[in-house]
Amino acid sequence: MDFGFLSQPAFSGGGTYFDWVLSGIKWTMLVSICAWVIAFTLGSVLGVLRTTKLWWLKGPATAYVELFRNVPLLVQMFIWYFVVPEIVPKTLGMWLKQGMPMPEFWSAVFALGFYTASRVAEQVRSGIQSIPVGQTHAALATGLTMPQVYRHLLLPMGYRIVIPPLTSEFLTIFKNSSVALTIGVLELTAQARTISEYTFRTFEIFTLATVVYVLITMAVTVLMQLVERRLRVPGFIGTGK
Amino acid sequence: MFTDFDFDVIERALPYLWQGMMFSLGLTLLAMVGGIVLGTLLALMRLSSYKVLRVPAGTYVNLLRSTPLILVIFWFYFLVPIAVKHITGDSYAQGIGPFHSALIAFTLFEAAYYCEIIRAGIQSVPAGQVQAAQALGLNYWQATLQVVLPQAFRNMVPILLTQGIILFQDTSLVYVVGLTDFMGAASKVAQRDGRLVEMYLFAALIYFILCYLASFFVKRLQSRITPPR
Amino acid sequence: MLRITHLFAAIAAAGLLTAPVHAAELTGTLKKIKDTGVVKVGHRDASVPFSYLDDKQKPIGYGVDICMKVVDRIKAELKMPKLKVEFVPVTSQTRIPILMGGNIDMECGSTTNSVERQKQVAFAPTYFMTGTKIIVKKSSGIKGYDDLKGKTVVFTQGTTNERAMKAYNDEKKLGINFIPSKDHAESFLAVETGRAVAFPMDDILLYGLKAGAKNPNDYEVIGEFLSDDPYAIMLRKDDPAFKKLVDSTVAGLYKSGEINKIYTKWFQSKIPPKGINLNFPMSDSLKESIKNPNDTGVGACGKMKC
Repeated sequence: MDFGFLSQPAFSGGGTYFDWVLSGIKWTMLVSICAWVIAFTLGSVLGVLRTTKLWWLKGPATAYVELFRNVPLLVQMFIWYFVVPEIVPKTLGMWLKQGMPMPEFWSAVFALGFYTASRVAEQVRSGIQSIPVGQTHAALATGLTMPQVYRHLLLPMGYRIVIPPLTSEFLTIFKNSSVALTIGVLELTAQARTISEYTFRTFEIFTLATVVYVLITMAVTVLMQLVERRLRVPGFIGTGK
Repeated sequence: MFTDFDFDVIERALPYLWQGMMFSLGLTLLAMVGGIVLGTLLALMRLSSYKVLRVPAGTYVNLLRSTPLILVIFWFYFLVPIAVKHITGDSYAQGIGPFHSALIAFTLFEAAYYCEIIRAGIQSVPAGQVQAAQALGLNYWQATLQVVLPQAFRNMVPILLTQGIILFQDTSLVYVVGLTDFMGAASKVAQRDGRLVEMYLFAALIYFILCYLASFFVKRLQSRITPPR
Repeated sequence: MLRITHLFAAIAAAGLLTAPVHAAELTGTLKKIKDTGVVKVGHRDASVPFSYLDDKQKPIGYGVDICMKVVDRIKAELKMPKLKVEFVPVTSQTRIPILMGGNIDMECGSTTNSVERQKQVAFAPTYFMTGTKIIVKKSSGIKGYDDLKGKTVVFTQGTTNERAMKAYNDEKKLGINFIPSKDHAESFLAVETGRAVAFPMDDILLYGLKAGAKNPNDYEVIGEFLSDDPYAIMLRKDDPAFKKLVDSTVAGLYKSGEINKIYTKWFQSKIPPKGINLNFPMSDSLKESIKNPNDTGVGACGKMKC
């Protein structure tokens, strides 16, 4: 293997091929993080709504989860990028295609964020539901209202329980961000493909991309284990070991 | 809103879309079977008391689980045939065909995910079961195949099937190497006839119906096989 | 300018056209075809009229027809009348790795023979001559390349046109915003739906896309040639026996004049699926290439330096 080609000046745009790799990593991170903000916020709201006993809150949240979970991410990405601008009013459609900056980036972020929100919602719901009902009853008996029970008991405990599954959801978003290449976002996998085309160093550049994905995954995993340890409540779940 | 749209395009493309769907379903089923078999082996390796088995299996699983599926598809589609040529020293690269390339990539990728599911399943079988089997004089393979795995799989069926639904959705990614699965067929028709809106909405609808029904079925199965507590 | 080699005329003259290939000495692709009983032909989805899908989704076109002549020749040489033909779809980006990986044995599409690509693959004699231009909407007011300053341009990944346009952009410092796309139909749709203002591509493919559009009169193909693009069947490198067979088959079509029939069928008659006639008479440079079959490639960056 010879990685010397990375320091060669790239075919176009100034810079070297290594700069293309760095730019790929940047876009992978940007897509992942922006999509995660949407997925986490929306997913939390939906997950909480699914645990309530009010059908008019629970129903729409359940419908959302079923809809977004049962359509492949690639298809959802195409719908945000290719279909939505054509079925909204014409001026808005033109703005989505030409007026707004980086349409492919934002389509990817929304597609990935809304898709992953359905998965986050399921994790949050099962986290909250895994807290014994007796605790809720006890809290209500002390005079707390239901919103207060959520605020002081169910959410703080539920989120601690779901840190590991949410970490793996974040890593899933990170890996799924490569699907954004299908609508033209030049993230890491796309850059690797392009560089292999220009330099014919397919083996080397794919190896490099794979190593970058593995290293970032490892870094996130270690970081989240630290977070989990910091947030532990003594005497409760997660302190068994 | 849809006055400008031409939904006949779907009807005309149905035979082609059907072929694509057969590709998707075939790929899903075979990769699922292959992934479960290989995943079981990997899980047994990861649980083995021998380091020489445990470490390579662990490395493989963690490597595949940290790599995006699209990158794995690229690896297998473009590089493996060339690597094989170098290893065997043949005078030509023996291409294994697009379907088989995809099948191998998905099987190896899914095996890493199935391994973790199956490992958890095996660990959920009480240790007493293994000890009882050993007390009866069964060796490792007899105990594993006749006592542990049957119980583990019984508990795991719903999760394995759910992973199968995810796999079915993931097969749409063969689009990136230009293969004609259901999504590939839909997008080729969409682009040739300039009918993106109609075809992509139709594709979404079909995927939704299939996956929703499948997960509904899995949920019912789950409530039936979960032993009463 | 292209330099013309007379290699193939010489081969034809030497009588190699009729020399049988002996099974015992088979190597490379021919051996593979003999062993597996299958010849794998790479085709495109939307390179009208070279290689594209008809309304039954069957690959057809000028390049496909020429490749089928090669297949006939393989059948005769290997004495395998029942040889199976497997069509494999490829894109601009996947065609070279797929060929090298052995998933196809030859690619019959709209591939430019460039010296850059010759480092990895080989080409049969040129079967069409074209070059990069751009397609725009008439209403866009774009009259030449320099009007693209600061605008969005879509390109098909892995094409020589991408390189020619980017080299021009770098040289003239136009600051074009490029968006990548997977295949020509998708690129053209980006122009049709207004996502991009222009699509640089070989002019003949642009005429094909324009003719197939919902409203052909909305579009025009403009500009001077940014590059010369000679098309040819693409083969694996370092496989002289197979290359000789393909070369001599193509040269044979040129010599017998059969090429004219195939040309007329695809460029000057109604073609499926919509019955469009491209009305594109044979250019002088193609006539020259047919008189003197050659596999000389062109530079990678079109007429710019890189």
